[in-house]
Amino acid sequence: MAEQDNLHDEPHLPSPTLWPIGFAIGIAVLLIGLIINPLWLSTIGGGIALVFGFLWARGATAELRGRAAHVEPERAEARAAAVHPPAGERFSRNKFLEFSTLGLGGVIGGIVTVPVAGFAVLPAFLKQKKHEIDVGPVTDFAEGQWYVATFMFDPSEGDVSRRTAFIRNNGSTGNVPSFTIISNRCAHLGCPVQANGPSGAILGMKDVIEQTKNGKVTLSPTVPAGFGCPCHGGQYDTEGNRTAGPPVRALDRYDFEIKNGHVVLLSTYSVSHVENTGAQAKIHKYKLVGPGEHIDGIEQVFYPLNPPHH
Amino acid sequence: MAVRRQPSKAELRRKQAMAAALYPLDWIEERSGLVGATRYFLFRKVPADSGWWHTLGSASLTAFLVQAVTGVILAMYYKPSPHDAYSSIQNITDDLTLGWLVRGMHKWGASIFIILMFLHMGRVFLFGAYKYPRELNWIVGVMILLLGMLEGFTGYLLPWDQTAYWATVVGINLNGTAPIAGPWLAQFLRGGQEIGANTLTIFYSMHMLLIPGAIIGLITLHLYLVIRLGVSSPPWSKEAADLKRADEPQPLRTGLTQPVVRGGGGPE
Repeated sequence: MAEQDNLHDEPHLPSPTLWPIGFAIGIAVLLIGLIINPLWLSTIGGGIALVFGFLWARGATAELRGRAAHVEPERAEARAAAVHPPAGERFSRNKFLEFSTLGLGGVIGGIVTVPVAGFAVLPAFLKQKKHEIDVGPVTDFAEGQWYVATFMFDPSEGDVSRRTAFIRNNGSTGNVPSFTIISNRCAHLGCPVQANGPSGAILGMKDVIEQTKNGKVTLSPTVPAGFGCPCHGGQYDTEGNRTAGPPVRALDRYDFEIKNGHVVLLSTYSVSHVENTGAQAKIHKYKLVGPGEHIDGIEQVFYPLNPPHH
Repeated sequence: MAVRRQPSKAELRRKQAMAAALYPLDWIEERSGLVGATRYFLFRKVPADSGWWHTLGSASLTAFLVQAVTGVILAMYYKPSPHDAYSSIQNITDDLTLGWLVRGMHKWGASIFIILMFLHMGRVFLFGAYKYPRELNWIVGVMILLLGMLEGFTGYLLPWDQTAYWATVVGINLNGTAPIAGPWLAQFLRGGQEIGANTLTIFYSMHMLLIPGAIIGLITLHLYLVIRLGVSSPPWSKEAADLKRADEPQPLRTGLTQPVVRGGGGPE
């Protein structure tokens, strides 16, 4: 109990030290490295942070480990005035039991917690399924006509996997078929973008309904002047370029291929902007990121690392 | 000269009945001290001029308890799968006896809980009751408020209608725009790359197990601090702001820089 009292009598402020500054520099280098050169700069930064962090921890715990800590003069006086009880056994049986109980408890807790925490977090990031979506034969898509295509990316999940894309057959340049396939996920916060214009019956055209391996696919012809989002008013032109409102980039697009005469949607990618239109479009393509994330300009530094995506 | 009256038979019997009724309490008290602890918890001295404003905290607690109880009962009938969620909500509201009432209590009670917490917070702020030595309790209270709002966010998805779905899409994507960690947080909340069945079950688990557990822990800490530090008197009070309970030992350390003041019979 005497030891306990002593702990309370004396203020335990850490000695003045420069180690935290080195630690902070290391962290800064690590973060900058994540943007500029994750492999080398971040490793160096991490190393600096580790070394200085260790030195800092060593300094801060010197007193606990029984080393004489560097003390400022005025505090040294205060310390000298305090009465120290005679030192007992340096490492008593009590202490040993205390440390081993805490240590073993920590190890057991870790063994139990780590896999459970892993199960809580990792499934969202690993083994994500790649989807191929068959939206029907090429002949369903009249050249130059827009279609609102709705389909399920994973029929086993049911309606919750229903998605929409805007598809236009641009005809073939040479022998290569060209399609513009724009995702309807708004680049602001992910609401469903709508075609600004009449569709289907008003045009005197019928919806095309196909049964593919992705279940029922509906192709509804439309004549959009652009695309618009009902949630917060983001507007896009027919190439998906942002024309007004809060979105930070153009609409995402689907990669595609023609398989056995069918149009098959592959993975999605993000787009900063598109120059020209249709088959001549020059698409500035990026890896898929979430809505609201900047992929170009200075703001991209806020998103140095994205979860892996298909 | 008054002669001391012998207790009548009826009085004796009443005494015996009382003793018999209290016997279980005595039994518990002797073995656990819990009766004394409960009295210590409930029968506290409060400043004479504390009034209705001081009831907002316990009102918030009551609102939380209503949410907990109605939530447990709703969980008996709710089915957290994309196919069944909406129809099970319809079943609760339209078919099950009094289901509309319990769901209504839970739905409106959620707003009442948040509103009461804000009023309680405003009272504490305007009365200056967050000041030393109660700063930590303010911090704990803020954490409860944030978790309460997280309950609102996760609970909003569960009806699984269009409003719920798209509000959650927007909410998750808002989180996703936070610098650096945002995209990872969003993918964790979604339970994968796309919103789907996993999202619903993750939100359900957080809404009914993870966050309420954390809130209960923090409320316990909040109440412990209220009991340890006592209720502060209002700013217009003539009493000193920080009356100590006579039986409470003084704090061992008043601060790192101040001299230590020792009270009387501390436990050491």
